[in-house]
Amino acid sequence: MTPPLFADGLAPSLLFICGALLIPLLSGRIKQAWLLLMPLVALWTLWEMPAGEHWVYGMLDYRLVLGRIDALSRVFGIIFGLMALIGAVYALQVNDDLQYMAGFVYAGGALGVTLAGDWFSLYLFWEVMAVASTFLILARRTPASRRAAVRYILVHVFGGLSLLAGIVLRHAGGADLTVGPMALDGLASGLIFLGIAVNAAVPPLHAWLQDAYPEATVAGAVFLSAFTTKSAVYVMARTFAGAEILVWLGAVMTILPVFYAEVENDIRRVLSYSLMNQVGFMLCGIGIGTELAINGAVSHAFCHILYKALLFMSAGAVLHVTGKITCTDIGGLYRTMPVTCLMCLVGAASISAFPLFSGFVSKSMIISAAGVNHLGAVWLMLQFASAGVIAHAGIKVPFFTFFGHDAGLKAKEPPLNMLLAMAMAAFGCLFIGVCPQPLYALLPYPVHYVPYTGAHVVGQLQLLLFAIFAFYLLLKSGYYPSEVRAINLDADWFYRKGAAGFYRAVDAGFNGLNRWCEQRLVQSPARLGARLAFLGPARLAVAALERLRWRPHGEDEASCGKALESGTVRLGAHAAAAALFLVLIYLVG
Amino acid sequence: MNPETTPDKPALFDRPRNVRRLLGGFFAILGLLLVAEGFIQGHAHFTWERMPFFHATYGFVACVAVIFTAKALRRLLKRPATYYDGDGTETPPATASQGRRDR
Repeated sequence: MTPPLFADGLAPSLLFICGALLIPLLSGRIKQAWLLLMPLVALWTLWEMPAGEHWVYGMLDYRLVLGRIDALSRVFGIIFGLMALIGAVYALQVNDDLQYMAGFVYAGGALGVTLAGDWFSLYLFWEVMAVASTFLILARRTPASRRAAVRYILVHVFGGLSLLAGIVLRHAGGADLTVGPMALDGLASGLIFLGIAVNAAVPPLHAWLQDAYPEATVAGAVFLSAFTTKSAVYVMARTFAGAEILVWLGAVMTILPVFYAEVENDIRRVLSYSLMNQVGFMLCGIGIGTELAINGAVSHAFCHILYKALLFMSAGAVLHVTGKITCTDIGGLYRTMPVTCLMCLVGAASISAFPLFSGFVSKSMIISAAGVNHLGAVWLMLQFASAGVIAHAGIKVPFFTFFGHDAGLKAKEPPLNMLLAMAMAAFGCLFIGVCPQPLYALLPYPVHYVPYTGAHVVGQLQLLLFAIFAFYLLLKSGYYPSEVRAINLDADWFYRKGAAGFYRAVDAGFNGLNRWCEQRLVQSPARLGARLAFLGPARLAVAALERLRWRPHGEDEASCGKALESGTVRLGAHAAAAALFLVLIYLVG
Repeated sequence: MNPETTPDKPALFDRPRNVRRLLGGFFAILGLLLVAEGFIQGHAHFTWERMPFFHATYGFVACVAVIFTAKALRRLLKRPATYYDGDGTETPPATASQGRRDR
């Protein structure tokens, strides 16, 4: 029997989505309180709700499970709720209901995906996320953001439809609709994998991320950095844990973006490449699939959401205050924005996995899992990428934003609520780094891993600090790539240029066909018909007169024909023709 | 000089002495880390981890490789910032008005 609608209170996903509808009706302090209350209630619900199925509704012959709570979904739900709270605090000074509504519907979608127990409700929330997040890009209200948003939604519609096709095929094959582990062995599971891979930004399906996130609003990018990719990581962990292809896709995904990040000019685009790199670590862990690796992937997603949001918040603060966020336009801001700079440094240390910061206690679980499983090449790739992370996210982002050349920008610290949100995330990064046990206790499997061993701390510090040393030497000697206003081609080239090419090809093809058809099938026959109707009788008459050897006034054949064509025949000829016509009718009749 | 952006008091890293101190500290830590390795026994999963100064060397080499590869890639992939302009999803205004006239 289906329990009544509100037996367990409102599902956190529905709370966010329905709660977002109230936002435009509220104002002032009440609106601000409501924005903070929603995530707090969701967090409390997720914390208190016992494991099992909740918010189960019947629809036709199906059971829609909006709240399947277990260790895996709870830890993702908690970090999504926490992120909605931090994002709301960060956005409190924004005077734009569109952003608030899109942000909360989007976060609700992410919670819905995380807590969904069946594929239908998961798909529903998946699309809610895609649509709502598009508005966080549109809300920037610039031509560039509008174009990026259109590309973004098209890519996500492709991913969503692929997921739906996979779900439908799977269901048609008689499979259970429960979201659970599946083998990657056929069209249905392949399409589901493809749909999830689009949202996880797996190469070569990744370029939507670096294309769209830097065009989003200041607060929008903070929301975006948290939900889409990490909900995809959650679904991957739920369904394809242990799939070997993920080990290699993840490892490649950690390395590919570090090159781009190194030569990218827009700081928020550098962070977007860095986001992809970090998700690569998580997918690699999911692919390895052991308890240690899954714990590593999940804890890394948790830590990553906090420090990536922190980095996006500090970059957003610079954009909010100065209106600029490209390396060529900013620099030296530690003088005027010291607190924001400090927050950015905490985020940079965390993403680089310095001891005492959150990345250290999570990423190392994944790398250790590669070691335990004797995946030598993967281990080397992940360590290589770790050195790449310190080069772009660890040094480049803070250095070019807050140090480096002084761009002479007028700047001051951002509003208090933005600083507070950054402080909340920074506290999380430090707390987890120093004291990882509470996070470890939330993970799906019991944790036996000890991050703080002498060898691990020294090894990691050597890797990071000697990478910084290399960066310093290259910068000092002028070998470091200079900052330039340019773009670097990525996989989006195929659909951006491809779409333009497709448009031109279709334009030339179909419009050409159209023109040809009109010319050959409409205009030419019509002209021919008109000519025949006009000239035919004249020619006939001339031929008939020729037979009778009668030429009015001795005119030659040519001038006679001309006269008949133009209707300027002499008077007698008309009379003769009319008489001939009457005789013909009489004879025929 | 803009008085709002450059306060009278020189900022922390405007003083060469502070930069020298920072770098001095940094190099000292690098040295300490190399020395510390000799006193620490760790469990190695791979033979190469037992090589002396493996992590330091790998970090240094990886960072150099990343930066040089990035530079090489940029030579291949760099395009002007206006590269995608005109490929947008919206019809340029001139063409749009042209279209209206045609109709």
